[in-house]
Amino acid sequence: MTSEYTTLDASAPHLDVDALLDDPQTRIVVCCGSGGVGKTTTAAALGVRAAERGRRAVVLTIDPARRLAQSMGISELDNVPRQVKGVSGPGGRGELYAMMLDMKRTFDEIVEAHADKERARAILENPFYQSLSAGFAGTQEYMAMEKLGQLRSRDEWDLIIVDTPPSRSALDFLDAPKRLGSFLDGKFIRVLMAPAKVGGRAGMKFLNVGMSMMTGTLSKLMGGQLLKDVQTFVAAMDTMFGGFRTRADATYRLLQAPGTAFLVVAAPERDALREAAYFVERLAAEQMPLAGLVLNRVHGSGADQLSAERALAAVEALTDMNGASNSAPADGNRAENLDEDGIVDLEGGKAGSRTADALSPAAPALHEQDSSATPESKQSPEARSARLAAGLLTLHAERMQVLARERRTRDRFTALHPEVPVAEIAALPGDVHDVAGLREIGDRLASGAADTGGASDAG
Amino acid sequence: MSRLHVVSGKGGTGKTTVAAALALALATEGRRTLLVEVEGRQGIAQVFETEALPYEERKIAVSPGGGEVHALAIDAERALLDYLQMFYKLGGAGRALKKLGAIDFATTIAPGLRDVLLTGKACEAVRRKEKSGRFVYDAVVMDAPPTGRITRFLNVNDEVAGLAKIGPIHNQAQAVMRVLKSPETAVHLVTLLEEMPVQETVDGVAELRAAGLPVGGVVINMVRPTVLAPDEVDLAANGARAGIAAALSGAGLGGARRGGRAERLIDPLLEQAREHAERVALERAEHTEITGLGLPTYELELLSEGVDLAGLYRLARELRKQGPI
Repeated sequence: MTSEYTTLDASAPHLDVDALLDDPQTRIVVCCGSGGVGKTTTAAALGVRAAERGRRAVVLTIDPARRLAQSMGISELDNVPRQVKGVSGPGGRGELYAMMLDMKRTFDEIVEAHADKERARAILENPFYQSLSAGFAGTQEYMAMEKLGQLRSRDEWDLIIVDTPPSRSALDFLDAPKRLGSFLDGKFIRVLMAPAKVGGRAGMKFLNVGMSMMTGTLSKLMGGQLLKDVQTFVAAMDTMFGGFRTRADATYRLLQAPGTAFLVVAAPERDALREAAYFVERLAAEQMPLAGLVLNRVHGSGADQLSAERALAAVEALTDMNGASNSAPADGNRAENLDEDGIVDLEGGKAGSRTADALSPAAPALHEQDSSATPESKQSPEARSARLAAGLLTLHAERMQVLARERRTRDRFTALHPEVPVAEIAALPGDVHDVAGLREIGDRLASGAADTGGASDAG
Repeated sequence: MSRLHVVSGKGGTGKTTVAAALALALATEGRRTLLVEVEGRQGIAQVFETEALPYEERKIAVSPGGGEVHALAIDAERALLDYLQMFYKLGGAGRALKKLGAIDFATTIAPGLRDVLLTGKACEAVRRKEKSGRFVYDAVVMDAPPTGRITRFLNVNDEVAGLAKIGPIHNQAQAVMRVLKSPETAVHLVTLLEEMPVQETVDGVAELRAAGLPVGGVVINMVRPTVLAPDEVDLAANGARAGIAAALSGAGLGGARRGGRAERLIDPLLEQAREHAERVALERAEHTEITGLGLPTYELELLSEGVDLAGLYRLARELRKQGPI
């Protein structure tokens, strides 16, 4: 059953996650990738694994599933890392801390740390600031990077694992800090500041015509009040501007440093891998150190010697054999046929009607077709076995098709980026809600090969 | 019936595909729809297999009944410059503002301005009329930001209107908000039958309702068929082994005796069936959650080979069959 992985490993170097986590030089791991690929879960699983291998690790998550956050004890938004219970390494050396980012609070903390009390209050109460910090374009990305910088400078942890925000593009978190930084100490700010600084006295004559036209336009557009709010905000933040730019630059350099490792997380699907390829190129362009690609939710099969085609041919043979007593199900309604017949045999139909009702509004149509297929109340054991066997084989054919598709998508990525090491996480049938589930994900990630055995305790 | 359809959903649920299918589905019998993109990802171009869309409305597809789908990738910066030009004849000043970084500021940093521009452009298309008085577009479908940000994105006009208490931005925001909160608008959420997307959908519906935004329907995407129900899998695993081995063998898959080729297949096949059963059980629980929202629900099957153009038309047909959205 590991055969497909050996083939794949021949074309792409294997990403050794344990070596990465064990290396004391590794200080920051950034998990990035497009939405819905399992970044948060992967980041949390890496944290559990690192701690259990003896690291003092902290995981910064952006938006974890509620049940996962609860089970890790981080569902409170207090912007401080909390120790995760039940995770420790050999000889009690490892520890895991985790936190969920509170973006507004992070922004407030920067203000409080860099302005005296009165000025800080003026900023925090400014309506423009309140909207800006509540999370408009880029704030979340900026604050995630800011928090990363803070955690790093506290030097309490020897490994920081960061999840990245669910951006419109996976790359936003790289761009946002620079954008905010360049705005906050850019030319535009100085223009905005000008009237506030010189105004009151014989201010206007100090402004050249271009300037006044500009602020006039702005005032016209935004309305006088907003412009005044922005100006007051900017004036109050004056002392912090250099700070913002410096911090954004420092975080950017931190990301380029040798102790940082980027992991691009992707599902083995076309769009996610397209985004991943784009990301790999972008990281290279920014000279950010890429450790590898984590391919999440990869399917395997314990019966991969049986091809989809042969399985389907066998399904056909089985339904033909059954044809005399049981009308051969057409492709689309096979499920319902199996259901209905099975239920009559089994439990007087309770469970079966649930299936059909729960599944789709298209179900009534299928029912109609089904009713023409005489339900056999006294089906022979052979017919029943044949039906079950056909169901098992149909599932297998589907699984093999998924496998082939995933392999094709992955090969396309590998062909474009043969240098990128890859590790795979075998798909779990359910969602991960607890530390045990995260541990299982970590095991699967480290072994890099699909283990179809056992849904584990994660589901 | 709504004329502005805002399609949101958690990342990875296929909201762009669903938005495209909906635009096609609504373009029946000579009707014309506009599909707009607001996040600069060129997702629409990918779905329709065409080159990148410019900031310009253009026809990208025709529907079987002779309807047309037009598409537009809204660029906030260009929208702002247009806006300045339109209302203030600010050609030169616009360029100067751009040089200064003001446009960049306005479209990326300034609270909500970007969102006002994006939603404003969509609302303008909704209300645009031909000389004859007929609407240019019978419906506008927006491929909107993900569920986690949708309420803030749409409600931002309220926020801006509160922040900029007078002036044209204020007025523009008010006008846009009137359209967004009217029955002319419907916000649809796309989900999968998985925990996180469903949780986000439930949260998203609550947020939208609290903000007074009109919630349309829930589109359950990538629905997979139930091949074997959980109780059948139990049956197969307990007591039916010998019979199944015989059946597999009879279908030409090897010997049924212990250690025979067909018999050795049973364990891995049953393992896959158990995973299937577990998934089916989870999906049923998630489905119940969605039903509990009391919203119109639409279902789109999983196209196992991914969505190509033919698949997109198929999804549009499915949507149309499931009644008015």
